[in-house]
Amino acid sequence: MTATMMDSDSAPPRETAPGQSELSETIFRGLCFGAATLLLAALAGVVISLAIGGWPAFRQFGFGFFTSSAWDPVQENYGAAGPIVGTIVTSILALIIALPLATGVSVFLVEFCPRSIAKPVAVAVELLAGIPSIVYGMWGLFVLAPWFATHVQMPLMMDAANLPDWLSALVAGIPNGANIFTASLILAIMILPYMSAVFRELLLTIPAQVREAAYGLGSTNFEVVSKVMIPYVRRGAVGVVMLGLGRALGETMAVTFIIGNSHGFPHSLFDSGSTIASTIANEFAEATSDMHTAALIALGLVLFILTFAVLAVARLLLASEKH
Amino acid sequence: MFKTFVAAAGVAGLLASAASAADISGAGATFPAPVYAKWAETYKATTGTGLNYQAIGSGGGIKQIKAKTVDFGASDKPLKPEDLNAAGLYQFPTVVGGVVPVVNIPGIAAGQIKLTGPMLAAIFYGQIKTWNDPVITKANPGVKLPAMPITVVHRSDGSGTSFLFTSYLSMKSPAWASKVGASDSVNWPTGLGGKGNDGVSAFVKQTPGSIGYVEYAYAKQNKMAYVLVQNKNGKYPAPTAQDFAAAAAGAKWAQAPGNYLLLLDQPGANSWPIVGATFILVYKNQENPAAGEQVLKFFDWAYKAGDGAAAQLDYVPLPLAVKNLIRKQWTTNVTAGGKPVYTGK
Repeated sequence: MTATMMDSDSAPPRETAPGQSELSETIFRGLCFGAATLLLAALAGVVISLAIGGWPAFRQFGFGFFTSSAWDPVQENYGAAGPIVGTIVTSILALIIALPLATGVSVFLVEFCPRSIAKPVAVAVELLAGIPSIVYGMWGLFVLAPWFATHVQMPLMMDAANLPDWLSALVAGIPNGANIFTASLILAIMILPYMSAVFRELLLTIPAQVREAAYGLGSTNFEVVSKVMIPYVRRGAVGVVMLGLGRALGETMAVTFIIGNSHGFPHSLFDSGSTIASTIANEFAEATSDMHTAALIALGLVLFILTFAVLAVARLLLASEKH
Repeated sequence: MFKTFVAAAGVAGLLASAASAADISGAGATFPAPVYAKWAETYKATTGTGLNYQAIGSGGGIKQIKAKTVDFGASDKPLKPEDLNAAGLYQFPTVVGGVVPVVNIPGIAAGQIKLTGPMLAAIFYGQIKTWNDPVITKANPGVKLPAMPITVVHRSDGSGTSFLFTSYLSMKSPAWASKVGASDSVNWPTGLGGKGNDGVSAFVKQTPGSIGYVEYAYAKQNKMAYVLVQNKNGKYPAPTAQDFAAAAAGAKWAQAPGNYLLLLDQPGANSWPIVGATFILVYKNQENPAAGEQVLKFFDWAYKAGDGAAAQLDYVPLPLAVKNLIRKQWTTNVTAGGKPVYTGK
């Protein structure tokens, strides 16, 4: 026993021989450490190569790269402000649309849906995640955009005179369905399965006693969901939001098809715009000049920083929630 | 860091080419990819030599040949003679394609509207804003043009089609040349961008009053309403394979240093004004003569036997005289240790 006395402080005694246990423990720990280090190294590699590749653009345009909305491959004048704004606006809009839906779907599946169909419905929602993003893009271009143009944009524009000024400014644009708003809609559909799957798993972790106790006190369904279940998983739900936001920020193909791809600032919800990812996807293959390539790589770094900042802010929110 | 990466890619490329020593590798332009694939298929069946062509875009093709990871690069936009010399490269054309402005104007059929180059530039600049603008109606007597706002649709992705179209607008309009210019992607003054020919044609179809531009093959296969454009002789030819071939036949390849030639606004009554060739890039001095010979042999075969396949896919083959000129260039322009890698045998 004396040989294992030291171990027993931190871990319960094991039945295997002490030497073997220590060895496998060391290997296991080493493997985990290796995986974590490799991941960090890869991440650092990405940041470093993006910084080196984008350096010519940062050197040329300085801080103006982040504030200018010029994007002129002929004059070699690049600024990232338009795509940055487009990325943030579409991602946040997508989140605003998807979050209530994801909440609704998962609460329904966990709480109200008959057992026999809950599983198939859950699988169906998760299957949405398996559809390639180009299919969403094509669907958006050929189905959603024309429908949206005829049934939403046209009526709104015909009625523009009767709308309050701020609203008609918000819905101004070319009535063909390729705009910031429809891009956000597509993004919302794309992030929905991830969000609802994780949200559902979270809700399933709530002990049955907690819910039963709430019902036992005479709570209504709505009260149980809104006052017990959602608060119970609130901290985990921040993760759900971040997962959705992270995906929306970087989504490329679907957005490229539907956003209208005009550089510069979008002026309304129904104006065409661009995102960082769509700009890179559009232009990287045919970018021949060094500065054009550098500007696109610099955009990649901006997206990386943006995503990192969003996740960091989420962590901070999470940390402050504890107190 | 990047150099190591390129070197690693190069090593991977060497390993891959060692595994299938006989195959030719190429990368670049997406526009000719379907016809290269078709040629490769038949060529492999007849000679046993395969072609591995990666359609990664013209920019990628130029980068790959400069990094020497492929036997040839392919670009829709010819490199300027000085750039060719700086990199030690030689380029030659393979097939020709045309760019066609397409419209969606209620009540207007294909070929009903005639526009000049300066008018197209003014429309794409956002200067002419409605279809019944006096400038357009004056050029189209007898055509009932609606008082409809013009929506401009352009390519959002970098593209050889955009390069040809903006080069043409730059040629015809000094204002366009100085304020926008010509490139694969430009800072479009107005309108919205669709990804690929699909994206442009979908937006044009969905937006009444819109005008865009697509590759001829695309306009033809989708039966889109096109616009007639005035050529150098003041005529309005139809966008057809014959009229693209007319432009290619009239062009003076022999006088173009480095084969740097845009087939825009060529003389001839039947010459469609917006036409361009797509190009192959190889090293003048071949480090691996066998690979260089394979590349030239393949395109020699394509010149001889590939016209049918090209026409079927709505590409326009080069005129015979141009092909003969290019073949002659190969014997002097592509060498290894001073000896031509291609002898015409």
